[in-house]
Amino acid sequence: MTITTGKKKQKIDRLSELAAREDERGVSLWQEAFRRLRRNPAAIVGTVILAIFVLVAVVGPFLVPYSPTDTIGIRDGLIKPGVIPGIDGDHWLGYDHQGRDEFSRLIVGARQTLLVGVVSTLIGLAVGALIGGVAGAAAGLGGRWGRWIDSILMRFIDMMLALPSLLLAVSIAALLGASLTTVMIAVGVVSVPVFARLLRGSMISQANSDYVLAATSLGVKKPKIALSHVVPNSLAPVIVQATLTLATAIIEAAALSFLGLGNPDTSVPEWGVMLADAQQYIDIRPGLAVYPAVAIIITALGFTLLGEAMREALDPKLRK
Amino acid sequence: MALLEVDDLSVTFSRRGQRTVHAVDGVSFSVDAGEVVGLVGESGCGKSVTSLAIMGLLPKQPGLRVGGKAVFDGTDLLQLDDRSRRDIRGRDVAMIFQDPLSSLNPVIPIGLQVTEVLTRHRGMKGAAAEKEAASLLDRVGIPDPKRRLKEYPHQLSGGMRQRALIAMAVACQPRLLIADEPTTALDVTIQAQILELLKDLVRDSGTALVMITHDLGVVAGMCDTVNVLYAGRVVETARRRPLFREPRHPYTVGLLGSVPRLDAGRGERLNPIPGSVRDVLPWPDGCAFAPRCTRRVDECVGEPPELVLAHDGRSYRCVNPAPVPGLTPAEDVRAVVPTDAQPGSVPAQAVPDDPPTVPGLGPAPREEEKP
Amino acid sequence: MTESDILVEVRDLKVHFPIKRGVIFDRTVGQVKAVDGVDLSIPRGKTYGLVGESGCGKSTLGRALLQLTPPTAGEVSFDGVELTTLPAGKLRAMRRRMQMIFQDPMSSLDPRQNVESILTEGLQAHGIGADRDDRRRIIGETLDAVGLPRWALSRYPHEFSGGQRQRIGIARALVLGPDLIVADEPVSALDVSIQAQVVNLLDELQESLGLTYLVIAHDLAVVRHISDVIGVMYLGALVEEAPSDRLYTEPLHPYTRALMSAVPVPDPDVEDRRERILLAGDLPSPANPPSGCRFHTRCPWAQPTRCADERPALREIRGSRVACHWAEQIASGELKPHAVSAEVVRPEGEGEAPSVVSAPSEPGSYV
Repeated sequence: MTITTGKKKQKIDRLSELAAREDERGVSLWQEAFRRLRRNPAAIVGTVILAIFVLVAVVGPFLVPYSPTDTIGIRDGLIKPGVIPGIDGDHWLGYDHQGRDEFSRLIVGARQTLLVGVVSTLIGLAVGALIGGVAGAAAGLGGRWGRWIDSILMRFIDMMLALPSLLLAVSIAALLGASLTTVMIAVGVVSVPVFARLLRGSMISQANSDYVLAATSLGVKKPKIALSHVVPNSLAPVIVQATLTLATAIIEAAALSFLGLGNPDTSVPEWGVMLADAQQYIDIRPGLAVYPAVAIIITALGFTLLGEAMREALDPKLRK
Repeated sequence: MALLEVDDLSVTFSRRGQRTVHAVDGVSFSVDAGEVVGLVGESGCGKSVTSLAIMGLLPKQPGLRVGGKAVFDGTDLLQLDDRSRRDIRGRDVAMIFQDPLSSLNPVIPIGLQVTEVLTRHRGMKGAAAEKEAASLLDRVGIPDPKRRLKEYPHQLSGGMRQRALIAMAVACQPRLLIADEPTTALDVTIQAQILELLKDLVRDSGTALVMITHDLGVVAGMCDTVNVLYAGRVVETARRRPLFREPRHPYTVGLLGSVPRLDAGRGERLNPIPGSVRDVLPWPDGCAFAPRCTRRVDECVGEPPELVLAHDGRSYRCVNPAPVPGLTPAEDVRAVVPTDAQPGSVPAQAVPDDPPTVPGLGPAPREEEKP
Repeated sequence: MTESDILVEVRDLKVHFPIKRGVIFDRTVGQVKAVDGVDLSIPRGKTYGLVGESGCGKSTLGRALLQLTPPTAGEVSFDGVELTTLPAGKLRAMRRRMQMIFQDPMSSLDPRQNVESILTEGLQAHGIGADRDDRRRIIGETLDAVGLPRWALSRYPHEFSGGQRQRIGIARALVLGPDLIVADEPVSALDVSIQAQVVNLLDELQESLGLTYLVIAHDLAVVRHISDVIGVMYLGALVEEAPSDRLYTEPLHPYTRALMSAVPVPDPDVEDRRERILLAGDLPSPANPPSGCRFHTRCPWAQPTRCADERPALREIRGSRVACHWAEQIASGELKPHAVSAEVVRPEGEGEAPSVVSAPSEPGSYV
């Protein structure tokens, strides 16, 4: 009897726990998304890859065994026509065509690559979000004049979209002369339409939602509605796109460097340049092409994994 | 013998790293030939999952488990392989869904979709099939059926789409028709048309109908027998009139008290069920409805209440059911109350008229909800 | 009833949406007359219920009344102030006194705002409350009024159940201390048992705060339960307006009768006894409404004269307002219903109707 009563008491306690919920703070959608992100193996793998990449980019140049510009191989007479020595004891990945330590160049190149990727994505994001945000706010909340502004901005974006991206980048590079800045601007400009269209579409759909109507009926001013409701709720896809764009930006920057539109001072290591240089010696030392290519692929994969995981985590359809 | 006998049907979805969801948790009911049976409940009570499980239409995914039995005319539908299940589906058992637009193929004309059923199950072809399809559309009240056959689903209105879907469902004169919220997406006047059509079809063809709905009004007008579901289990079964006149399970009482009635006066307070559908106790731990129940007593918690069989084929799953006027509690209730708790030690020992109080829980919940 | 007892007066309100076609240059090819000439007045402290099926324009009417959708023509006077000509700034200030409750409590709450921020927004917009503490006090009282616990403040909408979210929506409207609340399908997205909680809450709030409601719903039973006066809409116009009880006991318009007989009642005895008036066919498209009386294509009492070519005006019959040429004859039983053959109605924007219909979707309608 006592046992059953005790058991019953426990059950009742459990029931009353249902009734009185502990007074914890609410969980916002960002926190919720972060929680989901942490549980996603793809996100973890992506984050680890990127963490290593960033770490290498930041501290790598201080730790490399050799200077990336030091032509040791030529000095030591190891480089002869048709011969590029491979891996030896101190030089883990061997030498490049000018006798520089390949491993050191790869490590130091990470910094340039990261810089190009981040800066060009930021350029694209800033310009694209500005155009898209103005167009989206104008179209969603601005009435008749707003629709005009939106039309004009979007036709401009459509024109950008109509040009093949690599061609656009090549012409920008041709216009500004070959340099790292050119590569960053070119790659950034190419991603502008993507961000603009994405933010605009997302904002328009948010502007038609019930809570925007509710804010209007509360008497909140339109600029405030745009900034405090429409924009924050439209950002999720843009953030995801930025992560994915980082991956393509790195690849595109490499492609532009490969075409010789990057930094004219080829002694500064950059993965795209290294890849470009390696093609002449691909039959002598194919490894020289493989190392930077693999580095680019792994980094792009890291960004893509994280981006896709973020897309999942931020997807409103998966919310409970 | 019953046409369809569902016995202890359970559907669980389990995913790695997440809590197992018992969508259906031991549902039993039976349908006689020609009978209209209602499955009533709120969102999440498992009524739709029940019908999909019977039809074998649950999306195949890892972690899905279907248990129990669903015996249709001697064969257990749950044990059939896909092929023979497809044979039965459409020919002997047909289903109508809530959203007619998504149940129809948007790129195929209505006529072809109807004749397809006729070809598959009745072996009709060509002009004969087309003629039969037109007469089916005519039978479900679609005007100018010959022309409609060539049209696509998006060219029809919601009510007409639902009629077309019903035409496909009854094409093979099935013995059992399962209608899952067939009128929820429709307007009131269109709903009346469709309900009338279903009634006529059932009356004329002797088809048994399982009507799944959340609308007690629809049930009151159509069903012979009603099963009330809560948290994946049938909590009360009764013939139509007794259920509405003297509901026994507190949940049924609560549902009836919650619905504003057209024939009630302005300003009459409704008697809502406190809390929300989320406040459930897992069945193994007691009555799932206990956290929201105003008639809660001690026995509600601890183990699931057993099914009480009362006279007139009705049954309910409650230890402290609502009283029936003119019936002494002794003959109806006391006999089934588990007596492991000492009488007297607990205040409200299953005497239906006592106000329920449970030590440790405070008074029975009021209108506040708990998240 | 004196003039000052009327809080809202709507006169000949029209909301027409252009139907546009064309790839580059939009060409207006027609109009969806979502609301086409509605007159109504809402007495202070009372509830006006608006019923009708999807596409009848009831939600658009509610929004046009609050100037959330600009009306094409007509007047809306709120407590003596004409809203349609009010400058934007004054209108925004006026919004404090007229609030709205939405159908879907999830989509009408910003998912990234917590409850405190949702409730503060309106207060800030109107400069109510001296400081943060003062606002907190107002918000706390509102939470009590709608039956939400104080700890709700730091929570986000997705952490609540449907019924609680609707309470948050009600609190957001209530926190500004409005006179009028337009409730657009306030319970249709909720479970049956939760509907009753919200209906009761609305009732209690009206009693304690003296609110005036315009309740828009497709569910006649819900509307009848909370309304003093009910207006029945069909294709953009009122067909009947009557006190709640009279509408039930003595429906005069054929459409009201049909609607009334179509609503299922959870009582087998009533269900078995009642006579059903089944309407033939579907609601005609508001882009191409029938001539004359808009209901004549489906009306079992339609007569060969007048109905097809003369649009009936609302006229007073025994305390109700009815837009039917033959209301008296139908009520007295002089005219008998006849069978109507159904006409094929195209869904909006499909088939024979114009290809692009730019009428905004009505979230309030029950689609």
